[in-house]
Amino acid sequence: MNKLLLNRNQTQRLGFALLTVMAAITVLPIILVVFYVISQGGAAISWEFLSGFPRDGMRQGGILPALVGTLALTVGTAIFSVPLGVAAAVYLAEYAPENGLTRLIRIAIINLAGIPSVVYGLFGLGLFVLFLKFGTSILSASLTLSIMTLPVIISTAEEALRAVPQAFRTVSISLGATRWQTIRRIVLPEALPGILTGIILGLERAAGETAPILFTGAAFFLPRLPNSPFDATMALPYHLFVISTQVPEMPFQIQYGTALVLIVFVLGMNLIATIIRSQARARRQW
Amino acid sequence: MTEKIQIEHLTLQYADGAESLRDISLNVRENAITVLFGPAGGGKSSLLRCLNRLNDLADVKTVSGKILLDGENILDPQTDVIALRRKVGMVFARPVVLPFSIYGNLTYGLEVMGEKRKLRLDEAVERSLRQAALWDEVKERLDDPAIALSGGQQQRLCLARALALEPEVILLDEPTSGLDPISTGKVEASLQELKKNYTILLAPHSVQQAARVADYAAFFLQGELVEFGEGKTLFTTPRQKRTEDYVTGRFG
Ligand SMILES: Nc1ncnc2c1ncn2[C@@H]1O[C@H](COP(=O)(O)OP(=O)(O)OP(=O)(O)O)[C@@H](O)[C@H]1O
Ligand SMILES: [Mg+2]
Repeated sequence: MNKLLLNRNQTQRLGFALLTVMAAITVLPIILVVFYVISQGGAAISWEFLSGFPRDGMRQGGILPALVGTLALTVGTAIFSVPLGVAAAVYLAEYAPENGLTRLIRIAIINLAGIPSVVYGLFGLGLFVLFLKFGTSILSASLTLSIMTLPVIISTAEEALRAVPQAFRTVSISLGATRWQTIRRIVLPEALPGILTGIILGLERAAGETAPILFTGAAFFLPRLPNSPFDATMALPYHLFVISTQVPEMPFQIQYGTALVLIVFVLGMNLIATIIRSQARARRQW
Repeated sequence: MTEKIQIEHLTLQYADGAESLRDISLNVRENAITVLFGPAGGGKSSLLRCLNRLNDLADVKTVSGKILLDGENILDPQTDVIALRRKVGMVFARPVVLPFSIYGNLTYGLEVMGEKRKLRLDEAVERSLRQAALWDEVKERLDDPAIALSGGQQQRLCLARALALEPEVILLDEPTSGLDPISTGKVEASLQELKKNYTILLAPHSVQQAARVADYAAFFLQGELVEFGEGKTLFTTPRQKRTEDYVTGRFG
């Protein structure tokens, strides 16, 4: 009677086709961006570009100080945010009772993740640069980036911890282990891939952000490498912003070359996360 | 035979419900299998979890009464629960192997108590596997992931893991509920052997199993201990009507 309607098989095929197209649409821009940046900036990449200092008002030369600066900021952010974030996640997932306070903490974390990054920048300026007198420095910028990164690390790590089967904990306790032994020997190792993924995703965002470091640690131009945490530093995203908007007659190639390095840096971290995850999945024992 | 555990007027209430155990008094003999049986929700698991204080992890509102293990009240807040759990081992309904090797599963309990000597660990592994009738099947592959074992082997590994700590009491909560008859038979045979040296409490997964293995049996109905006695008499000539109805399959 309803010949016009599709049968189940056809519906299914149509559904798959639609989903495939939509997936392609979401991936397309990413591929386009990467290819465009490579095509425009690929030619700029050379050893001199990576290992040299900017010259001629940044129109010539390399990006070494910015590259090193971003590396330093990423490491600095990791130093503060990883131990704190993981500890907070362990507390929330394993120890905290379900009460008003922990609900409040969770809401705060979720909201923290939604705050625009420039607000973190202003906060960092007020707290770290001015009040604590760390100055415009790698330290201040790393701390600011850490605050921005913490919610990501905490919530992904908490999720990873909660995904570890409850039965492991019960069995471990029944064998005379303490709660902490259970966490250290079973829960944390099991959750590690998920935790690492969260860490890398958080740090990746930190590495690519401009606004939080703008007032707290980024230097417009610094013809040397930073030599202490109290130094200001150049950083890739801010450098890219500067040479794209603030420098007249800037060669196109250098802009795109810088963008390419930044993308490779961030995607490289992503790749590491993916490798860790897939290796852990292969080793998974339950 | 002596009484290993004396339960006196034990009452337990979870935070969200009525009393799951009501005024239970029961003596558990050494070197015997005491079976706790009855329909779902009777409180068998709750009672077992009291005996190693695993209920500390649950949302318990009140516990009252006493549980004397070798004369010491383990419900006392001063009790060293870690030491208690080494003395009172537990095997759960679903075999839960930890994400380690077979060897790692067996040594886990010893390692968390600080045992590092390889010789002692090796000894415990072999002894406990032999006790659980698993040694011959796994001795060649102790370093394989434990998850690779069959369900029946995993459950015997769980039994061996509890035995590795040289406990005095073993609690088994429906340890064969997911196993085939052959594996079930192996577990039951191990228990018969083990009771020579241990005090065993078992929540069986069927009345048939209860009748097969019980030296002593306790019939639980909705938190109440209806009848307790020697297995032989309780299953053939129960004193209580409710017990009789249950063991003859008239309800439950
Ligand atoms: N962790 C818990 N929190 C709240 N209530 C619980 C908890 N564990 C058990 N109960 C309740 O206590 C009562 C007894 O449960 P218990 O698991 O001890 O029974 P059981 O005899 O082992 O049953 P089954 O044969 O189904 O295993 C039930 O009403 C159950 O809902
Ligand atoms: Mg039960």
